[in-house]
Amino acid sequence: MAPGSPPGPAIATMKLNERSLAFYATCDAPVDNAGFLYKKGGRHAAYHRRWFVLRGNMLFYFEDAASREPVGVIILEGCTVELVEAAEEFAFAVRFAGTRARTYVLAAESQDAMEGWVKALSRASFDYLRLVVRELEQQLAAVRGGGGMALPQPQPQSLPLPPSLPSAPAPVLSLPSAPAPVPALPLPRRPSALPPKENGCAVWSTEATFRPGPEPPPPPPRRRASAPHGPLDMAPFARLHECYGQEIRALRGQWLSSRVQP
Amino acid sequence: MRYNEKELQALSRQPAEMAAELGMRGPKKGSVLKRRLVKLVVNFLFYFRTDEAEPVGALLLERCRVIREEPGTFSISFIEDPERKYHFECSSEEQCQEWMEALRRASYEFMRRSLIFYRNEIRKVTGKVCAGLQRAGVGLQVAGVGLQVAEAVLQPWLMATRPPHRTPWNSSAYPRRPGSS
Repeated sequence: MAPGSPPGPAIATMKLNERSLAFYATCDAPVDNAGFLYKKGGRHAAYHRRWFVLRGNMLFYFEDAASREPVGVIILEGCTVELVEAAEEFAFAVRFAGTRARTYVLAAESQDAMEGWVKALSRASFDYLRLVVRELEQQLAAVRGGGGMALPQPQPQSLPLPPSLPSAPAPVLSLPSAPAPVPALPLPRRPSALPPKENGCAVWSTEATFRPGPEPPPPPPRRRASAPHGPLDMAPFARLHECYGQEIRALRGQWLSSRVQP
Repeated sequence: MRYNEKELQALSRQPAEMAAELGMRGPKKGSVLKRRLVKLVVNFLFYFRTDEAEPVGALLLERCRVIREEPGTFSISFIEDPERKYHFECSSEEQCQEWMEALRRASYEFMRRSLIFYRNEIRKVTGKVCAGLQRAGVGLQVAGVGLQVAEAVLQPWLMATRPPHRTPWNSSAYPRRPGSS
């Protein structure tokens, strides 16, 4: 069913709980962004106008806003969002890594809409949300512990490397909003230091069993510590955030000035 | 529904929160228990034949229910069809408990609620101990800055809106595709 897949021996398609996926697309869970976008069918295909709904790390697209079932979904883990040079105005791309990986070229109907989508899609991954939640968890522990005397202990966990921005052919940009720059860059996947064991699991912190209702959700589990990467690996999230923000602002400046042409 | 299968397959090769060989039984009547390597990555549960590198299938873990069945066994079902259950047999009660807890937390919606919870808790605490924070000088000023920055980062998740009213989803409108599971 994958559009544009090369011909060859038929391989059994992976099963997916599509009915549940379709239900999730149209249920009343929070929506992170919605609107019309033009989607390019394939490399040489035309654009189709579709109603897009971003919910979590799933980008659903419908024939129109009233459709009851999505035409399709783009699963947003391990991708980058880039502005692209295209015939179409307000175009951007969702690009996945790997050989023969698909790049989805989308176009919004206004500058504002495009910026909104690029921002929303850049932070849509589960991985990124989990990182933010873990940081909050640490901060809560820090302000609770010892009357605010202790700083959050730097966790011996690998923080993701910033993508190699300066050498990227197409600049990966965020469109920062005042006052604080938001890292719209999705963080790349953690390289695995250890292969997952057959019957092993990540190291858990001790926490209460989940119970639905007024009780708070238990803290998310901690990952197994992996090898540190580079000078920022022990940095608190705030500093990382600031560093990303500076790189983004610099790149944006470069891109804008390179764009101004007669 | 179309989906980016290659990327989902690539995701199945990423480091897992949990991975184990379990007994698995599909939701169809008369399904047989099979040994599968089950792997939890973000909000997907992948399952592989024990000797294969490509997953047989994946379950998106949003809007699902994880229930204890017989001792050492749990099931996953989805709220639109609670009787359609995927059964998993563990090798111990402890393993069963671990998996159930992990699966209940493995959804984007759970993470979103956690974010809101922590942010509110931090606000409560910093509201009370502001004086304490100021007293410790430079070290805690850094922590203060960290908290302010975090608030801006949180905005998108806090601002996610409820969708406009839709016709209630009716399961009878979606006849099951033959051969799907």
